[in-house]
Amino acid sequence: MSNRIPLLTVAVSFAMLAAVIFWVGTRDQSAPTPAQAKTANAAPAARGDTTESATKSEDVAVSGNAASERSEPLPGAAQPGAASAADDFAPPARSEIPDDEFGAMVRKGRDIFTDTQQHADQFVGNDLQCANCHLDEGRRPDSAPLWAAWAMYPAYRGKNKHVNDFAERIQGCFRYSMNGTPPPRGDEVLVALESYAYWLASGAPVAKNLPGRGYPELEAPEQPPSFTRGKQVFADHCALCHGSDGQGQRAADGSLAFPPLWGPRSYNWGAGMHRVNTAAGFIKANMPLGAATLSDQQAWDVARFIDSQERPQDPRFTGSVSETAEQYHGEHSMYGQTVNGVVLGQDAPPSGTAAKVNQP
Amino acid sequence: MAIRKCTLSALVWLLSVSPWVQASPSDIANQGLGENIAPCSSCHGAHGEGNAAAGFPRLAGLGAPYLEAQLDAFASGARENAVMQPIASALSTDQRSAMATYYSQLSAEGAQASKGQSDNPPDTGAELAEHGRWANDIPACVQCHGPAGVGVGEHFPALAGQPAAYLEGQLRAWRNGKRPGGPMGLMASIAAKLDESDIKPVAQYFAAQSPAPAKGLDHE
Repeated sequence: MSNRIPLLTVAVSFAMLAAVIFWVGTRDQSAPTPAQAKTANAAPAARGDTTESATKSEDVAVSGNAASERSEPLPGAAQPGAASAADDFAPPARSEIPDDEFGAMVRKGRDIFTDTQQHADQFVGNDLQCANCHLDEGRRPDSAPLWAAWAMYPAYRGKNKHVNDFAERIQGCFRYSMNGTPPPRGDEVLVALESYAYWLASGAPVAKNLPGRGYPELEAPEQPPSFTRGKQVFADHCALCHGSDGQGQRAADGSLAFPPLWGPRSYNWGAGMHRVNTAAGFIKANMPLGAATLSDQQAWDVARFIDSQERPQDPRFTGSVSETAEQYHGEHSMYGQTVNGVVLGQDAPPSGTAAKVNQP
Repeated sequence: MAIRKCTLSALVWLLSVSPWVQASPSDIANQGLGENIAPCSSCHGAHGEGNAAAGFPRLAGLGAPYLEAQLDAFASGARENAVMQPIASALSTDQRSAMATYYSQLSAEGAQASKGQSDNPPDTGAELAEHGRWANDIPACVQCHGPAGVGVGEHFPALAGQPAAYLEGQLRAWRNGKRPGGPMGLMASIAAKLDESDIKPVAQYFAAQSPAPAKGLDHE
Protein backbone atom coordinates (compact mmCIF):
# COMPACT_ATOMS: atom_id res chain seq x y z
CA MET A 1 0.00 0.00 0.00
CA SER A 2 2.73 2.42 0.90
CA ASN A 3 4.26 1.66 -2.52
CA ARG A 4 1.07 2.37 -4.42
CA ILE A 5 0.47 5.90 -3.21
CA PRO A 6 3.66 7.37 -4.68
CA LEU A 7 3.00 5.48 -7.92
CA LEU A 8 -0.51 6.90 -8.13
CA THR A 9 0.83 10.37 -7.36
CA VAL A 10 3.39 10.07 -10.12
CA ALA A 11 0.75 8.90 -12.60
CA VAL A 12 -1.64 11.71 -11.71
CA SER A 13 1.18 14.27 -11.88
CA PHE A 14 2.11 13.03 -15.32
CA ALA A 15 -1.44 13.27 -16.55
CA MET A 16 -1.75 16.80 -15.18
CA LEU A 17 1.56 17.82 -16.69
CA ALA A 18 0.51 16.44 -20.05
CA ALA A 19 -2.77 18.33 -19.85
CA VAL A 20 -0.97 21.57 -19.02
CA ILE A 21 1.51 21.08 -21.84
CA PHE A 22 -1.34 20.43 -24.25
CA TRP A 23 -3.21 23.50 -23.01
CA VAL A 24 -0.18 25.75 -23.34
CA GLY A 25 0.53 24.29 -26.77
CA THR A 26 -2.90 25.09 -28.11
CA ARG A 27 -2.78 28.60 -26.66
CA ASP A 28 0.59 29.24 -28.29
CA GLN A 29 -0.84 28.47 -31.67
CA SER A 30 -3.72 30.88 -31.37
CA ALA A 31 -2.35 34.04 -29.81
CA PRO A 32 0.31 35.25 -27.42
CA THR A 33 -0.73 34.71 -23.83
CA PRO A 34 -1.15 37.76 -21.64
CA ALA A 35 2.04 36.69 -19.89
CA GLN A 36 3.95 36.68 -23.18
CA ALA A 37 2.62 40.06 -24.16
CA LYS A 38 3.58 41.45 -20.77
CA THR A 39 7.11 40.09 -21.10
CA ALA A 40 7.34 41.61 -24.54
CA ASN A 41 6.29 44.97 -23.14
CA ALA A 42 8.65 44.97 -20.24
CA ALA A 43 11.81 43.76 -21.86
CA PRO A 44 12.67 46.67 -24.18
CA ALA A 45 12.41 49.04 -21.24
CA ALA A 46 14.77 46.88 -19.27
CA ARG A 47 17.23 46.77 -22.15
CA GLY A 48 16.87 50.49 -22.62
CA ASP A 49 18.07 51.00 -19.05
CA THR A 50 21.16 48.96 -19.64
CA THR A 51 22.01 50.79 -22.83
CA GLU A 52 21.89 54.21 -21.19
CA SER A 53 25.43 53.76 -19.99
CA ALA A 54 26.71 52.44 -23.29
CA THR A 55 29.36 54.41 -25.10
CA LYS A 56 27.82 57.22 -27.05
CA SER A 57 29.63 57.79 -30.27
CA GLU A 58 28.82 60.03 -33.18
CA ASP A 59 31.49 58.33 -35.21
CA VAL A 60 29.70 55.04 -35.50
CA ALA A 61 31.79 52.84 -37.70
CA VAL A 62 29.57 49.86 -38.03
CA SER A 63 29.24 48.35 -41.41
CA GLY A 64 26.11 46.66 -42.66
CA ASN A 65 28.41 43.76 -43.25
CA ALA A 66 27.16 40.52 -41.90
CA ALA A 67 30.23 38.61 -43.01
CA SER A 68 32.37 40.54 -40.55
CA GLU A 69 29.66 40.03 -37.94
CA ARG A 70 30.17 36.35 -38.38
CA SER A 71 33.86 36.70 -37.79
CA GLU A 72 33.12 38.46 -34.52
CA PRO A 73 30.92 36.08 -32.58
CA LEU A 74 30.39 36.62 -28.91
CA PRO A 75 32.60 34.54 -26.65
CA GLY A 76 31.00 31.15 -26.28
CA ALA A 77 28.69 31.66 -29.24
CA ALA A 78 28.21 28.77 -31.61
CA GLN A 79 30.44 28.83 -34.65
CA PRO A 80 28.83 29.27 -38.08
CA GLY A 81 27.64 25.99 -39.47
CA ALA A 82 27.81 24.32 -36.08
CA ALA A 83 24.06 24.41 -35.63
CA SER A 84 21.95 21.71 -37.23
CA ALA A 85 18.70 22.15 -39.12
CA ALA A 86 16.89 21.25 -35.92
CA ASP A 87 18.06 24.58 -34.52
CA ASP A 88 16.37 26.57 -37.30
CA PHE A 89 14.50 29.47 -35.84
CA ALA A 90 11.28 30.88 -37.23
CA PRO A 91 10.06 34.36 -36.28
CA PRO A 92 6.44 34.80 -35.20
CA ALA A 93 3.84 35.18 -37.96
CA ARG A 94 3.02 38.68 -39.17
CA SER A 95 -0.45 38.37 -37.74
CA GLU A 96 0.87 37.75 -34.24
CA ILE A 97 1.98 41.30 -33.45
CA PRO A 98 0.18 42.02 -30.17
CA ASP A 99 -2.68 44.54 -30.12
CA ASP A 100 -1.30 46.75 -27.40
CA GLU A 101 1.11 49.66 -26.91
CA PHE A 102 4.13 47.47 -27.54
CA GLY A 103 2.53 46.02 -30.66
CA ALA A 104 1.91 49.54 -31.94
CA MET A 105 5.64 50.26 -31.64
CA VAL A 106 6.47 46.98 -33.40
CA ARG A 107 4.18 47.96 -36.28
CA LYS A 108 5.83 51.36 -36.43
CA GLY A 109 9.20 49.64 -36.65
CA ARG A 110 7.99 47.34 -39.40
CA ASP A 111 6.64 50.31 -41.36
CA ILE A 112 9.95 52.16 -41.03
CA PHE A 113 11.75 49.02 -42.09
CA THR A 114 9.70 48.47 -45.23
CA ASP A 115 9.17 52.12 -46.21
CA THR A 116 12.10 53.95 -44.72
CA GLN A 117 11.72 56.83 -47.14
CA GLN A 118 8.22 57.51 -45.90
CA HIS A 119 8.62 56.91 -42.17
CA ALA A 120 12.20 57.92 -41.36
CA ASP A 121 12.88 60.40 -44.13
CA GLN A 122 14.83 62.80 -41.92
CA PHE A 123 17.52 60.17 -41.34
CA VAL A 124 17.83 58.85 -44.89
CA GLY A 125 20.15 60.25 -47.57
CA ASN A 126 19.45 57.91 -50.47
CA ASP A 127 16.70 55.92 -52.17
CA LEU A 128 17.03 52.69 -50.22
CA GLN A 129 14.76 50.94 -47.74
CA CYS A 130 15.95 48.68 -44.91
CA ALA A 131 14.00 45.86 -46.55
CA ASN A 132 16.04 46.15 -49.78
CA CYS A 133 18.92 44.26 -48.17
CA HIS A 134 16.92 42.50 -45.43
CA LEU A 135 14.34 40.73 -47.57
CA ASP A 136 10.86 39.70 -46.48
CA GLU A 137 10.66 42.54 -43.97
CA GLY A 138 13.79 41.34 -42.18
CA ARG A 139 12.49 37.79 -41.84
CA ARG A 140 14.35 35.90 -44.57
CA PRO A 141 17.26 33.62 -43.58
CA ASP A 142 20.55 34.41 -45.38
CA SER A 143 19.28 37.93 -45.95
CA ALA A 144 20.59 39.36 -42.66
CA PRO A 145 17.34 38.66 -40.78
CA LEU A 146 16.64 40.84 -37.75
CA TRP A 147 15.71 37.87 -35.54
CA ALA A 148 19.22 36.47 -35.89
CA ALA A 149 20.94 39.80 -35.28
CA TRP A 150 18.99 40.94 -32.23
CA ALA A 151 20.42 38.60 -29.62
CA MET A 152 24.04 38.91 -30.85
CA TYR A 153 24.42 42.37 -29.36
CA PRO A 154 26.09 43.96 -27.45
CA ALA A 155 29.17 42.79 -29.36
CA TYR A 156 32.69 44.00 -29.96
CA ARG A 157 33.13 45.13 -33.55
CA GLY A 158 36.55 45.30 -35.12
CA LYS A 159 35.34 48.00 -37.44
CA ASN A 160 34.93 50.63 -34.73
CA LYS A 161 36.93 48.86 -32.06
CA HIS A 162 34.43 48.98 -29.23
CA VAL A 163 31.43 47.14 -27.93
CA ASN A 164 28.29 48.12 -29.83
CA ASP A 165 24.76 47.65 -28.59
CA PHE A 166 21.94 46.96 -31.03
CA ALA A 167 20.90 50.62 -31.18
CA GLU A 168 24.39 51.65 -32.25
CA ARG A 169 24.37 48.88 -34.83
CA ILE A 170 21.19 50.30 -36.37
CA GLN A 171 22.68 53.79 -36.28
CA GLY A 172 25.47 52.38 -38.41
CA CYS A 173 22.95 51.21 -41.01
CA PHE A 174 21.57 54.75 -41.28
CA ARG A 175 25.00 56.31 -41.55
CA TYR A 176 26.39 53.95 -44.17
CA SER A 177 23.81 51.81 -45.95
CA MET A 178 21.18 54.55 -45.89
CA ASN A 179 23.81 57.26 -46.46
CA GLY A 180 22.02 59.39 -43.91
CA THR A 181 22.15 60.73 -40.39
CA PRO A 182 21.78 58.23 -37.54
CA PRO A 183 18.67 58.74 -35.40
CA PRO A 184 19.81 59.86 -31.95
CA ARG A 185 19.66 57.40 -29.09
CA GLY A 186 16.14 57.34 -27.69
CA ASP A 187 14.57 58.62 -30.91
CA GLU A 188 11.30 56.88 -31.65
CA VAL A 189 12.63 55.64 -35.02
CA LEU A 190 15.38 53.76 -33.23
CA VAL A 191 13.06 52.48 -30.50
CA ALA A 192 10.57 51.30 -33.10
CA LEU A 193 13.21 49.44 -35.10
CA GLU A 194 14.58 47.86 -31.92
CA SER A 195 11.06 46.82 -30.93
CA TYR A 196 10.46 45.24 -34.31
CA ALA A 197 13.75 43.32 -34.22
CA TYR A 198 13.14 42.24 -30.64
CA TRP A 199 9.64 41.02 -31.48
CA LEU A 200 10.88 39.10 -34.52
CA ALA A 201 13.39 37.40 -32.23
CA SER A 202 10.66 36.23 -29.80
CA GLY A 203 11.85 32.92 -28.42
CA ALA A 204 15.28 33.03 -30.06
CA PRO A 205 18.23 32.00 -27.90
CA VAL A 206 20.50 34.79 -26.71
CA ALA A 207 24.10 35.01 -27.96
CA LYS A 208 23.67 32.12 -30.34
CA ASN A 209 24.78 32.32 -33.93
CA LEU A 210 21.56 31.09 -35.52
CA PRO A 211 21.56 29.41 -38.95
CA GLY A 212 20.59 31.96 -41.60
CA ARG A 213 22.22 34.88 -39.80
CA GLY A 214 23.79 37.56 -42.00
CA TYR A 215 24.59 36.60 -45.58
CA PRO A 216 26.31 33.36 -46.54
CA GLU A 217 30.07 33.52 -46.80
CA LEU A 218 31.05 32.23 -50.22
CA GLU A 219 34.18 30.22 -50.84
CA ALA A 220 36.87 32.15 -52.71
CA PRO A 221 35.98 31.96 -56.42
CA GLU A 222 37.89 29.74 -58.84
CA GLN A 223 38.82 32.75 -60.92
CA PRO A 224 39.46 36.18 -59.38
CA PRO A 225 36.26 38.28 -59.60
CA SER A 226 36.14 40.07 -62.93
CA PHE A 227 34.62 43.46 -63.73
CA THR A 228 34.21 42.48 -67.38
CA ARG A 229 32.44 39.19 -66.70
CA GLY A 230 30.42 40.92 -63.99
CA LYS A 231 29.24 43.53 -66.45
CA GLN A 232 27.80 40.75 -68.61
CA VAL A 233 26.15 39.03 -65.65
CA PHE A 234 24.61 42.38 -64.71
CA ALA A 235 23.24 42.91 -68.22
CA ASP A 236 21.82 39.38 -68.34
CA HIS A 237 20.39 39.00 -64.84
CA CYS A 238 20.14 42.35 -63.05
CA ALA A 239 19.44 45.15 -65.52
CA LEU A 240 15.82 44.09 -66.08
CA CYS A 241 14.94 45.37 -62.60
CA HIS A 242 17.82 47.63 -61.54
CA GLY A 243 18.15 49.27 -64.97
CA SER A 244 21.10 49.07 -67.34
CA ASP A 245 22.51 52.12 -65.53
CA GLY A 246 22.04 50.47 -62.11
CA GLN A 247 19.84 53.33 -60.93
CA GLY A 248 16.79 51.23 -60.14
CA GLN A 249 13.19 51.86 -61.14
CA ARG A 250 10.12 53.48 -59.67
CA ALA A 251 6.57 52.17 -59.84
CA ALA A 252 3.82 53.96 -61.75
CA ASP A 253 2.77 55.70 -58.51
CA GLY A 254 6.26 57.18 -58.07
CA SER A 255 7.26 54.92 -55.19
CA LEU A 256 10.58 53.09 -55.10
CA ALA A 257 10.37 49.66 -56.69
CA PHE A 258 13.91 48.48 -57.45
CA PRO A 259 16.77 50.14 -55.55
CA PRO A 260 19.70 51.96 -57.15
CA LEU A 261 22.89 49.92 -56.75
CA TRP A 262 25.37 52.76 -57.19
CA GLY A 263 25.48 56.50 -57.77
CA PRO A 264 24.49 59.34 -55.42
CA ARG A 265 21.24 57.68 -54.25
CA SER A 266 22.69 54.31 -53.24
CA TYR A 267 24.70 53.01 -50.24
CA ASN A 268 27.97 54.80 -49.54
CA TRP A 269 31.60 53.70 -49.47
CA GLY A 270 31.34 52.82 -45.78
CA ALA A 271 28.39 50.40 -46.09
CA GLY A 272 28.98 46.68 -45.65
CA MET A 273 27.44 46.04 -49.06
CA HIS A 274 30.27 47.98 -50.73
CA ARG A 275 32.56 45.06 -49.87
CA VAL A 276 32.66 42.61 -52.77
CA ASN A 277 32.49 39.53 -50.53
CA THR A 278 29.42 40.80 -48.67
CA ALA A 279 27.59 41.74 -51.86
CA ALA A 280 28.53 38.39 -53.44
CA GLY A 281 27.02 36.52 -50.47
CA PHE A 282 23.83 38.55 -50.59
CA ILE A 283 23.51 38.17 -54.34
CA LYS A 284 24.18 34.44 -54.33
CA ALA A 285 21.53 33.80 -51.70
CA ASN A 286 18.89 36.25 -52.86
CA MET A 287 19.25 37.51 -56.43
CA PRO A 288 17.50 37.57 -58.84
CA LEU A 289 14.55 37.93 -56.50
CA GLY A 290 12.77 34.62 -56.02
CA ALA A 291 14.98 32.96 -58.63
CA ALA A 292 18.45 32.97 -57.03
CA THR A 293 20.19 30.89 -59.64
CA LEU A 294 23.57 32.54 -60.14
CA SER A 295 26.71 30.45 -59.70
CA ASP A 296 29.23 31.46 -57.03
CA GLN A 297 31.51 32.77 -59.75
CA GLN A 298 28.72 34.86 -61.29
CA ALA A 299 27.85 36.26 -57.87
CA TRP A 300 31.48 37.24 -57.22
CA ASP A 301 31.85 38.74 -60.69
CA VAL A 302 28.70 40.83 -60.60
CA ALA A 303 29.45 41.97 -57.04
CA ARG A 304 32.85 43.13 -58.24
CA PHE A 305 31.18 45.02 -61.10
CA ILE A 306 28.56 46.69 -58.89
CA ASP A 307 31.05 47.61 -56.18
CA SER A 308 33.46 49.10 -58.72
CA GLN A 309 31.06 51.98 -59.41
CA GLU A 310 31.17 55.40 -57.81
CA ARG A 311 28.88 56.00 -54.84
CA PRO A 312 28.61 58.51 -51.97
CA GLN A 313 31.82 59.15 -50.06
CA ASP A 314 32.77 57.19 -46.95
CA PRO A 315 31.53 59.30 -44.01
CA ARG A 316 34.91 58.67 -42.34
CA PHE A 317 36.68 60.34 -45.27
CA THR A 318 39.87 61.96 -44.02
CA GLY A 319 40.28 64.25 -47.00
CA SER A 320 42.46 61.76 -48.83
CA VAL A 321 41.18 58.72 -50.68
CA SER A 322 44.40 56.76 -50.24
CA GLU A 323 44.55 57.56 -46.53
CA THR A 324 40.87 56.66 -46.03
CA ALA A 325 41.39 53.44 -47.99
CA GLU A 326 44.45 52.59 -45.90
CA GLN A 327 42.66 53.29 -42.64
CA TYR A 328 39.22 51.77 -43.24
CA HIS A 329 39.12 49.57 -46.32
CA GLY A 330 40.31 46.00 -46.52
CA GLU A 331 41.02 43.48 -49.23
CA HIS A 332 37.41 43.15 -50.40
CA SER A 333 36.91 46.87 -50.97
CA MET A 334 37.39 48.53 -54.33
CA TYR A 335 37.59 51.96 -52.68
CA GLY A 336 40.78 53.76 -53.70
CA GLN A 337 41.50 51.27 -56.45
CA THR A 338 41.81 52.30 -60.07
CA VAL A 339 39.09 50.90 -62.34
CA ASN A 340 38.97 51.88 -66.01
CA GLY A 341 41.45 54.65 -65.33
CA VAL A 342 39.49 56.20 -62.47
CA VAL A 343 40.38 56.06 -58.76
CA LEU A 344 37.19 54.96 -57.00
CA GLY A 345 36.22 57.38 -54.25
CA GLN A 346 37.94 60.27 -56.00
CA ASP A 347 34.75 61.57 -57.59
CA ALA A 348 32.39 60.35 -54.89
CA PRO A 349 29.47 62.66 -54.10
CA PRO A 350 29.65 63.81 -50.47
CA SER A 351 28.13 61.38 -48.00
CA GLY A 352 24.82 62.01 -46.31
CA THR A 353 24.06 65.16 -48.24
CA ALA A 354 22.84 63.99 -51.62
CA ALA A 355 19.84 66.04 -52.67
CA LYS A 356 16.65 64.21 -53.48
CA VAL A 357 16.14 63.75 -57.19
CA ASN A 358 13.38 65.90 -58.73
CA GLN A 359 11.65 66.57 -55.45
CA PRO A 360 8.50 68.66 -55.92
CA MET B 1 -9.81 66.13 -116.60
CA ALA B 2 -11.71 62.89 -116.99
CA ILE B 3 -8.46 60.98 -116.79
CA ARG B 4 -7.52 62.83 -113.62
CA LYS B 5 -10.89 62.03 -112.09
CA CYS B 6 -10.47 58.43 -113.09
CA THR B 7 -7.02 58.27 -111.54
CA LEU B 8 -8.34 59.82 -108.37
CA SER B 9 -11.20 57.36 -108.05
CA ALA B 10 -8.79 54.53 -108.80
CA LEU B 11 -6.60 55.81 -106.04
CA VAL B 12 -9.52 56.09 -103.62
CA TRP B 13 -10.63 52.61 -104.55
CA LEU B 14 -7.12 51.28 -104.08
CA LEU B 15 -6.87 52.86 -100.68
CA SER B 16 -10.23 51.53 -99.61
CA VAL B 17 -9.41 47.94 -100.52
CA SER B 18 -5.80 48.14 -99.36
CA PRO B 19 -6.15 49.69 -95.97
CA TRP B 20 -2.88 48.08 -94.80
CA VAL B 21 -1.08 50.49 -97.08
CA GLN B 22 -1.45 53.26 -94.57
CA ALA B 23 -3.75 52.16 -91.73
CA SER B 24 -2.71 53.98 -88.58
CA PRO B 25 -2.55 52.17 -85.25
CA SER B 26 -5.61 54.15 -84.26
CA ASP B 27 -7.46 52.88 -87.37
CA ILE B 28 -6.50 49.31 -86.62
CA ALA B 29 -7.51 49.73 -82.99
CA ASN B 30 -10.93 51.11 -83.81
CA GLN B 31 -11.80 49.75 -87.26
CA GLY B 32 -9.70 46.66 -87.63
CA LEU B 33 -7.88 45.73 -90.79
CA GLY B 34 -9.20 43.61 -93.62
CA GLU B 35 -10.96 40.35 -92.92
CA ASN B 36 -8.57 38.87 -90.43
CA ILE B 37 -8.19 41.70 -88.00
CA ALA B 38 -11.17 42.71 -85.94
CA PRO B 39 -10.98 46.11 -84.23
CA CYS B 40 -8.97 45.76 -81.02
CA SER B 41 -11.56 47.98 -79.36
CA SER B 42 -14.29 45.41 -79.83
CA CYS B 43 -12.76 43.38 -77.02
CA HIS B 44 -10.27 45.71 -75.31
CA GLY B 45 -12.54 48.78 -75.27
CA ALA B 46 -12.44 52.11 -77.04
CA HIS B 47 -9.67 53.36 -74.78
CA GLY B 48 -7.89 50.06 -74.26
CA GLU B 49 -9.54 49.78 -70.87
CA GLY B 50 -10.42 46.10 -71.21
CA ASN B 51 -13.64 44.32 -70.35
CA ALA B 52 -13.95 42.87 -66.89
CA ALA B 53 -17.13 40.90 -67.51
CA ALA B 54 -15.65 39.10 -70.50
CA GLY B 55 -12.16 38.82 -69.01
CA PHE B 56 -10.42 40.88 -71.71
CA PRO B 57 -7.39 42.67 -70.29
CA ARG B 58 -6.66 46.35 -70.19
CA LEU B 59 -3.92 47.40 -72.60
CA ALA B 60 -3.87 51.14 -71.90
CA GLY B 61 -0.67 52.32 -70.28
CA LEU B 62 1.14 48.99 -70.27
CA GLY B 63 4.78 49.05 -71.39
CA ALA B 64 5.38 49.01 -75.15
CA PRO B 65 8.11 46.33 -75.02
CA TYR B 66 5.81 44.15 -72.94
CA LEU B 67 2.87 44.55 -75.32
CA GLU B 68 5.04 43.97 -78.37
CA ALA B 69 6.51 40.80 -76.86
CA GLN B 70 2.97 39.54 -76.26
CA LEU B 71 1.86 40.24 -79.84
CA ASP B 72 4.98 38.51 -81.14
CA ALA B 73 4.30 35.53 -78.86
CA PHE B 74 0.68 35.31 -80.04
CA ALA B 75 1.87 35.42 -83.64
CA SER B 76 4.43 32.66 -83.15
CA GLY B 77 2.04 30.58 -81.07
CA ALA B 78 4.36 30.65 -78.06
CA ARG B 79 1.53 32.30 -76.17
CA GLU B 80 -1.47 30.17 -76.98
CA ASN B 81 -4.66 32.07 -77.67
CA ALA B 82 -7.21 31.14 -80.32
CA VAL B 83 -8.50 34.70 -80.70
CA MET B 84 -5.23 36.60 -80.66
CA GLN B 85 -3.14 34.19 -82.70
CA PRO B 86 -4.73 34.91 -86.12
CA ILE B 87 -4.90 38.63 -85.40
CA ALA B 88 -1.29 38.93 -84.33
CA SER B 89 0.00 36.85 -87.20
CA ALA B 90 -1.95 38.94 -89.71
CA LEU B 91 -0.13 42.04 -88.48
CA SER B 92 3.35 42.75 -89.77
CA THR B 93 6.23 43.02 -87.32
CA ASP B 94 6.15 46.78 -87.72
CA GLN B 95 2.41 46.91 -87.16
CA ARG B 96 2.73 44.86 -83.97
CA SER B 97 5.34 47.28 -82.77
CA ALA B 98 3.16 50.27 -83.69
CA MET B 99 0.12 48.80 -81.92
CA ALA B 100 2.19 48.19 -78.81
CA THR B 101 3.37 51.79 -78.80
CA TYR B 102 -0.16 53.05 -79.43
CA TYR B 103 -1.65 51.24 -76.43
CA SER B 104 1.29 52.02 -74.17
CA GLN B 105 0.56 55.69 -74.71
CA LEU B 106 -3.11 55.54 -73.79
CA SER B 107 -3.85 56.67 -70.28
CA ALA B 108 -4.71 54.16 -67.61
CA GLU B 109 -6.91 56.88 -66.10
CA GLY B 110 -9.81 55.94 -68.36
CA ALA B 111 -9.41 52.30 -67.48
CA GLN B 112 -12.02 51.78 -64.83
CA ALA B 113 -13.75 48.78 -66.32
CA SER B 114 -12.34 46.27 -63.90
CA LYS B 115 -12.47 48.30 -60.76
CA GLY B 116 -14.72 47.02 -58.06
CA GLN B 117 -15.32 43.69 -59.75
CA SER B 118 -14.23 41.99 -56.55
CA ASP B 119 -14.64 44.27 -53.60
CA ASN B 120 -13.84 41.73 -50.96
CA PRO B 121 -10.88 39.67 -52.13
CA PRO B 122 -9.85 36.96 -49.69
CA ASP B 123 -7.10 37.80 -47.21
CA THR B 124 -4.91 35.02 -48.56
CA GLY B 125 -4.69 36.91 -51.86
CA ALA B 126 -3.54 40.07 -50.11
CA GLU B 127 -0.98 38.14 -48.06
CA LEU B 128 0.60 36.60 -51.14
CA ALA B 129 0.41 39.80 -53.18
CA GLU B 130 1.87 42.05 -50.50
CA HIS B 131 4.27 39.70 -48.71
CA GLY B 132 4.88 36.72 -50.96
CA ARG B 133 5.68 33.36 -49.42
CA TRP B 134 9.42 33.25 -48.95
CA ALA B 135 9.34 29.79 -47.45
CA ASN B 136 8.67 28.72 -51.04
CA ASP B 137 10.92 31.43 -52.55
CA ILE B 138 7.93 33.39 -53.77
CA PRO B 139 8.54 37.15 -53.57
CA ALA B 140 5.63 39.51 -53.01
CA CYS B 141 3.92 40.24 -56.35
CA VAL B 142 4.10 43.96 -55.54
CA GLN B 143 7.90 43.86 -55.34
CA CYS B 144 8.05 43.70 -59.12
CA HIS B 145 4.58 44.94 -60.14
CA GLY B 146 4.55 47.93 -57.78
CA PRO B 147 2.31 48.79 -54.82
CA ALA B 148 -1.18 47.38 -55.41
CA GLY B 149 0.08 46.21 -58.81
CA VAL B 150 0.30 49.65 -60.45
CA GLY B 151 3.14 48.43 -62.67
CA VAL B 152 6.84 49.20 -62.83
CA GLY B 153 8.64 50.44 -65.92
CA GLU B 154 8.34 48.79 -69.29
CA HIS B 155 8.69 45.15 -68.35
CA PHE B 156 6.50 44.71 -65.26
CA PRO B 157 2.92 45.30 -66.39
CA ALA B 158 0.21 46.71 -64.18
CA LEU B 159 -2.02 44.08 -62.61
CA ALA B 160 -4.26 46.54 -60.81
CA GLY B 161 -7.80 46.39 -62.08
CA GLN B 162 -7.15 43.65 -64.62
CA PRO B 163 -10.05 41.19 -64.83
CA ALA B 164 -9.71 38.44 -62.23
CA ALA B 165 -10.53 35.79 -64.84
CA TYR B 166 -7.75 37.11 -67.06
CA LEU B 167 -5.12 37.11 -64.29
CA GLU B 168 -6.18 33.65 -63.20
CA GLY B 169 -5.94 32.43 -66.78
CA GLN B 170 -2.41 33.76 -67.16
CA LEU B 171 -1.14 32.11 -63.98
CA ARG B 172 -2.57 28.84 -65.24
CA ALA B 173 -1.09 29.38 -68.70
CA TRP B 174 2.38 29.75 -67.18
CA ARG B 175 1.85 26.65 -65.11
CA ASN B 176 0.76 24.72 -68.22
CA GLY B 177 3.50 26.05 -70.49
CA LYS B 178 1.01 27.91 -72.68
CA ARG B 179 2.63 31.28 -72.21
CA PRO B 180 6.35 32.14 -72.41
CA GLY B 181 7.85 32.66 -68.97
CA GLY B 182 8.60 36.33 -69.53
CA PRO B 183 11.98 38.00 -69.01
CA MET B 184 14.41 35.54 -67.39
CA GLY B 185 11.50 33.10 -67.13
CA LEU B 186 10.50 34.87 -63.91
CA MET B 187 6.76 34.35 -64.14
CA ALA B 188 6.96 30.72 -65.22
CA SER B 189 9.16 30.05 -62.22
CA ILE B 190 6.86 31.86 -59.80
CA ALA B 191 3.65 30.38 -61.19
CA ALA B 192 5.13 26.90 -60.84
CA LYS B 193 5.71 27.52 -57.13
CA LEU B 194 2.13 28.61 -56.45
CA ASP B 195 -0.44 26.30 -54.95
CA GLU B 196 -3.64 25.78 -56.87
CA SER B 197 -5.45 27.47 -53.98
CA ASP B 198 -3.34 30.63 -54.36
CA ILE B 199 -4.49 31.46 -57.84
CA LYS B 200 -8.03 32.70 -57.44
CA PRO B 201 -7.45 34.82 -54.32
CA VAL B 202 -4.39 36.59 -55.70
CA ALA B 203 -6.16 37.26 -59.02
CA GLN B 204 -9.12 38.68 -57.12
CA TYR B 205 -6.85 40.86 -55.01
CA PHE B 206 -5.35 42.60 -58.03
CA ALA B 207 -8.66 42.82 -59.85
CA ALA B 208 -9.99 44.85 -56.92
CA GLN B 209 -7.20 47.45 -57.03
CA SER B 210 -7.60 50.80 -58.72
CA PRO B 211 -5.96 50.75 -62.18
CA ALA B 212 -5.05 54.45 -62.14
CA PRO B 213 -2.58 55.06 -59.34
CA ALA B 214 -2.53 58.35 -57.48
CA LYS B 215 0.91 59.83 -57.99
CA GLY B 216 2.18 59.84 -54.46
CA LEU B 217 5.64 61.15 -55.24
CA ASP B 218 6.57 63.36 -58.13
CA HIS B 219 9.94 61.80 -58.82
CA GLU B 220 9.93 61.19 -62.51
